[in-house]
Amino acid sequence: MSTGLYGPYGGRYVPETLVPALDELEAGWREACADDAFGRELDELGREYGGRPTPLTLAERFAPGKRLYLKREDLLHTGAHKLNNALGQAVLAGRLGKKRIVAETGAGQHGVATATVCARFGFDCVVYMGSEDMRRQRPNVERMELLGAEVRPVEFGTRTLKEATSEAIRDWITNVETTHYLIGSCVGPHPYPEIVRELQSVIGREAREQFLAAEGRLPDVVVACVGGGSNAIGIFAGFVEDEGVALIGVEARDAASLGTGRPGVLHGARSSLLADEDGQVLDAHSISAGLDYPGVGPEHAFLRDSGRVTYTTANDEEAVAAFKRLAVSEGIIPALEPAHALARAAELGAELVLVCLSGRGDKDLDEVLGR
Amino acid sequence: MAGRGMPELARAAVDGGADLIEIGFPFSDPLADGPVIRAAAERALAEGMRTERCLDCLATTRALINVPLVPMTYASLLEAYGYRRFQHDARLAGATSLIVADLPIEAEAELRRVQLVAPTTPDERLRLAAERTDGWLYLVSVTGTTGPRETLSPQAAELVERARAVTDVPLLLGFGITTPEQAAEAAAEADGIVVGSRAVQVAEEGPGALRDYVASLRAAIDAATTSPSSR
Repeated sequence: MSTGLYGPYGGRYVPETLVPALDELEAGWREACADDAFGRELDELGREYGGRPTPLTLAERFAPGKRLYLKREDLLHTGAHKLNNALGQAVLAGRLGKKRIVAETGAGQHGVATATVCARFGFDCVVYMGSEDMRRQRPNVERMELLGAEVRPVEFGTRTLKEATSEAIRDWITNVETTHYLIGSCVGPHPYPEIVRELQSVIGREAREQFLAAEGRLPDVVVACVGGGSNAIGIFAGFVEDEGVALIGVEARDAASLGTGRPGVLHGARSSLLADEDGQVLDAHSISAGLDYPGVGPEHAFLRDSGRVTYTTANDEEAVAAFKRLAVSEGIIPALEPAHALARAAELGAELVLVCLSGRGDKDLDEVLGR
Repeated sequence: MAGRGMPELARAAVDGGADLIEIGFPFSDPLADGPVIRAAAERALAEGMRTERCLDCLATTRALINVPLVPMTYASLLEAYGYRRFQHDARLAGATSLIVADLPIEAEAELRRVQLVAPTTPDERLRLAAERTDGWLYLVSVTGTTGPRETLSPQAAELVERARAVTDVPLLLGFGITTPEQAAEAAAEADGIVVGSRAVQVAEEGPGALRDYVASLRAAIDAATTSPSSR
């Protein structure tokens, strides 16, 4: 078994009850990765159920004077990149004999993806969601319920993704023998960050090939938003070995776990966190429920320290402006999360830019129009 | 839970017959804890109970009572404070050992602490935990978080039996033990019991209520075991 460390980050910081389950998950994951049938099943599901490959779209009116491409994960079934991970983990859960799935959700996109795959595979599905997030992402709550999932409101603490994640893990501790915890981002105890990165790396593999086909060369820079960081780690995976390609992660200004965080332990892993000097986790704030999280995947903390990826921020106003501008200039309504990446990408000096458009913005209309 | 009332509450628990006091050092995101301890941690943090004040509270409590005092907390606090520095300062403040709810057996091997094992722990890990534990082994009686339960978990007896087969260290059962009846039942299996959530609830009614509650557990345990003070 590997240690799941990214430099000083990652690892497993969980109650003992979960350690054997994480060992079992890791063994199942290694076995699946070594099995060609697993890869073929994922490819087929992605293609025939998810709608992969997603297109690459040149956004000429959004970014005049440069060649800025959007990797269209918003066109994936359920409207966000989250399905890549949910499908893969559902197949894995099936291999492990688990028929009950718990998940957390912030913006609701991971909850919808999880409810979707549970409907597809006939699994029981419970999604924990902060009551504040349920208010601001009402359409996604309705979608999850329509798909047969039970959405359990989390009514304490920040009432957002942080508490929803804690409650999902507590549910897993209680029902560990029958249940798979389908974590939504590249966070959590080992082996989750690795599993989610591998399942999302399809974004980067496709985008690299598509970009080469379109331009005959690689992009100068790849930009993605970072909350927990799964769409970013997925698209970066395709370019991290290409030294000439700059990688930029964009956090929400008041949820910048990498920008203003410090090392700490949250939800089973050591990473960079918004925490006080005593190790107490602080509240994050963002208009975007998907970025409103005080932690981040441990591999991102490592990529920051190593200098391979540059992390920056965008604030609520900048994200909303980019959201509206993409709508009127390209006829594409992005989710508020990748709108943060669009805000920074538009002002870059580079000529060839690739942005991960990780999801679509239907869920955010009330939030944006209500401002 | 560490806080203004802790020293008097600890003394009341000892008066009621407690042999050991566990003091929670609150963490904002306590994964192993159910609603009662989680809410107590929230209140303590709102009261300003950060690590240094918790250590002060430990020292004040130490001055009032003579039984072992064991801080229970989460890795994030130790990461921030420094593992070695925490161990040193906690001992200086009168701690007897330490429990870290989310630090696996293999992690931070040099940090002396009471190890936790659960019904899901396989025998080889039970053995490792027993080798590394500091004085006694904390048996988590259920697959679940802390919190009062109606009955003693059926998983408890099997876990005690498996632990007995691999180690001679004292075995204390905790998680979910609420009533004197459950305490007696648990004490018949293990060498001792740990009561957390129910004690926190009763403590809200003051030291007198806590003393009476602990006395009721003590009486039930003593009646159920032939060697009452075995630990």
